Amino acid sequence: MSAATPGRSGYDGVVLACPVTVPYQRFSTRPAHWWIGKALRGLSTSAGLSHKDFDGFCLSSFTVGPDSAIGLAQHMGMSLRWVDTIPLGGASGIAAVRRAARAVQAGDASVVACVGADTNHVDTFRQTTANFARFAQDAVLSYGSGGANASFALIARTYMQRFGVTREDLGRIAVAQRDNALRNPNALMSKPLTLEQYMTARPIADPIHLFDCVMPCAGAEGLLVMREETARALGLPFARLLSSIERHNAVHDDVQLRGGWVADIDELYAIAGIGPKDLDVVQTYDDYPVICMMQFEDLGFCRKGEGAEFVRAHDLTIDGDFPHNTSGGQLSCGQAGGGGGYLGLNEALRQVTGTAGPTQVPGARLSLASGFGMMTYDRGLSSGAVILAGN
Amino acid sequence: MTEPLKRPSRKDPLMRTQVPMLPPSFQSRTAQILTAAAAEGRFALQQCAECGAIAYPPRDACTECLSDDLPLTDLPTGGVILSHTLISAPGEPYFRERAPWLIGLVKLDCGPILVAHLHADCSTGDRVRLSLQMDKAGNAAAFARPEQDAPNMTDDRQWREMTADPKFRRVLVTDGRSGVGQAIARRLADAGATVLVGISEPWKPFEGQDRLTAGDRLQVMELSVDDERSVQRLAALIGGKVDILVNTTDYVRPGNLLDQANASAVRDQVNRHFMGFVHLAQAFGGAMRARGADGPTGAAAWVNVFSAYALANANPFGAFSAVQAGCLSLSQSLRGEMRPGGIRVINLFAGPIDGEWYQTLPAPKLAPDAIALALVKALQTGQEDVFVGDIAQDIRERLRENPKGAERALNKDQSA
Repeated sequence: MSAATPGRSGYDGVVLACPVTVPYQRFSTRPAHWWIGKALRGLSTSAGLSHKDFDGFCLSSFTVGPDSAIGLAQHMGMSLRWVDTIPLGGASGIAAVRRAARAVQAGDASVVACVGADTNHVDTFRQTTANFARFAQDAVLSYGSGGANASFALIARTYMQRFGVTREDLGRIAVAQRDNALRNPNALMSKPLTLEQYMTARPIADPIHLFDCVMPCAGAEGLLVMREETARALGLPFARLLSSIERHNAVHDDVQLRGGWVADIDELYAIAGIGPKDLDVVQTYDDYPVICMMQFEDLGFCRKGEGAEFVRAHDLTIDGDFPHNTSGGQLSCGQAGGGGGYLGLNEALRQVTGTAGPTQVPGARLSLASGFGMMTYDRGLSSGAVILAGN
Repeated sequence: MTEPLKRPSRKDPLMRTQVPMLPPSFQSRTAQILTAAAAEGRFALQQCAECGAIAYPPRDACTECLSDDLPLTDLPTGGVILSHTLISAPGEPYFRERAPWLIGLVKLDCGPILVAHLHADCSTGDRVRLSLQMDKAGNAAAFARPEQDAPNMTDDRQWREMTADPKFRRVLVTDGRSGVGQAIARRLADAGATVLVGISEPWKPFEGQDRLTAGDRLQVMELSVDDERSVQRLAALIGGKVDILVNTTDYVRPGNLLDQANASAVRDQVNRHFMGFVHLAQAFGGAMRARGADGPTGAAAWVNVFSAYALANANPFGAFSAVQAGCLSLSQSLRGEMRPGGIRVINLFAGPIDGEWYQTLPAPKLAPDAIALALVKALQTGQEDVFVGDIAQDIRERLRENPKGAERALNKDQSA
């Protein structure tokens, strides 16, 4: 794939604002609809608008069934001229922003509420897993994998062997994220994690061990996409969407060693007019540390196979030289289903608008957030990324 | 190297019997095509009839050319393990009870990549042979084994979940008066089973009696399957210990509907075969189903030795064929009813054997031992439908190709 596909244009005049996080809970007795309502209330309060003023709505949720975004429009009393439901798992947040940005840019909507939300009852995760994809039902679930751990273990073993990655290397990512999470009052994991604890944790699906895994939880994330004038008129802190990419079913390695980012990464930076080194803070999609490491390579921070070296050479904490997943990421905050794909996005938005509070990287102006998802059989099919710039 | 399975010690009567659980079973209608292959012990996947691409996981359109013509096609079984993982904390209860569980990604030499259960001797980089098994839920399941056989290989814990190996299991062979029943009892004992052999009216001498009582792994029990109380008496005695039941009822009387002046021969066959099946199922089935997860040698299979005429009515065995067809239908009911216990219901369809009641039929005919060998293999490899001998395979092929033509051909007198 070459950079700069002819005709792809930027997102001039489109901004993101009002990152909202409804604090996560390990288990919730409430349905997904309650979490979505909370997120919309948060967006409304934050924007100083009634939710009835939102004319676009985009929803991602595994547990909202049988409803989709349109059912929620009636449920929440929103009259819309643009609606979308995005079932792309961890890539949903990025995809939502991309769709919403084009709608706003083209004038199909003025203010789009993008929400990722899921509940987590005691048996929700198992049921979500069971209904995830037909390939999974036909060729994975009955093999004992139950959830993504085993599938990612198969990828992790190959990646680690091919590139000489050790568990310590991956542990550095998890430990740094936990350090970051200790500053985030909303993170479900509130105890420090040492590299030794990481190394001695029990195996889940070798080489994946306990602290390589996210904890499924209930939670919601949301943000608004609007024109810059609108944000200014409302007096909202905002971030410009400099560029974005998505790519699906693009990698045909026997065992996945790359994500779809590799197809478009040059274009991502070219449209933004920056290089990877210009970024102040990076939020990669972290369902497993090994996927973060893969992204350090695929998103252009180092070359393929140099991820481990990169991790050894950098400090990934908020105060470090490569601030990464500054909220603590899903590994430490919990994975709120469809909200998981928004976690890094919202943290990036907070960072570049200077509203990240205790996790703020001083002076952060440029941030990248990525998404990854849809392990329907043997690989993650969907990937995406955005670059946001503060004012 | 596989640790050899140890003969289980006597069960502690105070210990709770583990309740059978099943692996998740969500396979799509399209994926059931693989179950058809697994049931017969074939390794076959969908292959595009237009462009030759192999489709896995099962598809409704070819990835390369979007053809919807994706027939099940036998394929070479060789491949290499790309990656493996030992799952210590599976999500599903069935696997949690059996953790750790070893799976891997296997790339077949012919192209596709499959998630597969792995034999314990397999790991990343190894060459393997793949088979399609039926797991406890009846899902078609890819299973990778080392290319070469090794001692005790079939004792592998995961392999035994996919099979009903008679080793160290207690088997009831319901009719030991026939040559087929005797051959089966002997072969099962050779395969490591403890065999109980049902004999009706034991005071009546029968051919092969001395050989049947000679072995120390064989024990004769009184059993007349057409007598409900006889079946219940035996079940009261041994019903909680039968791990494999082999229904070998063998009572063949030539004759079509109009050949006979009265219904007594038909009724006798109904009583022995059909009612016998019902009696056996009602007396033994429930206990077996409840013991489907009773340790590594727990209840595992119910085997029916049917005539291939169960598949299509054959002259001059019109009444017998109908009774067999009824039994086949019973077996399908039983298969569904036994599934919650993870008990396999295996049907063997045998061609005519070389015995007195098939006297008028021309060759080829089956030796009883051929049926016995096929039965032991079906248990050891986890097959569900087995067509034994040339006649049975011929009937199956003809039914597949042209059911009406097969019906007409078999309606002609087979001995003519």
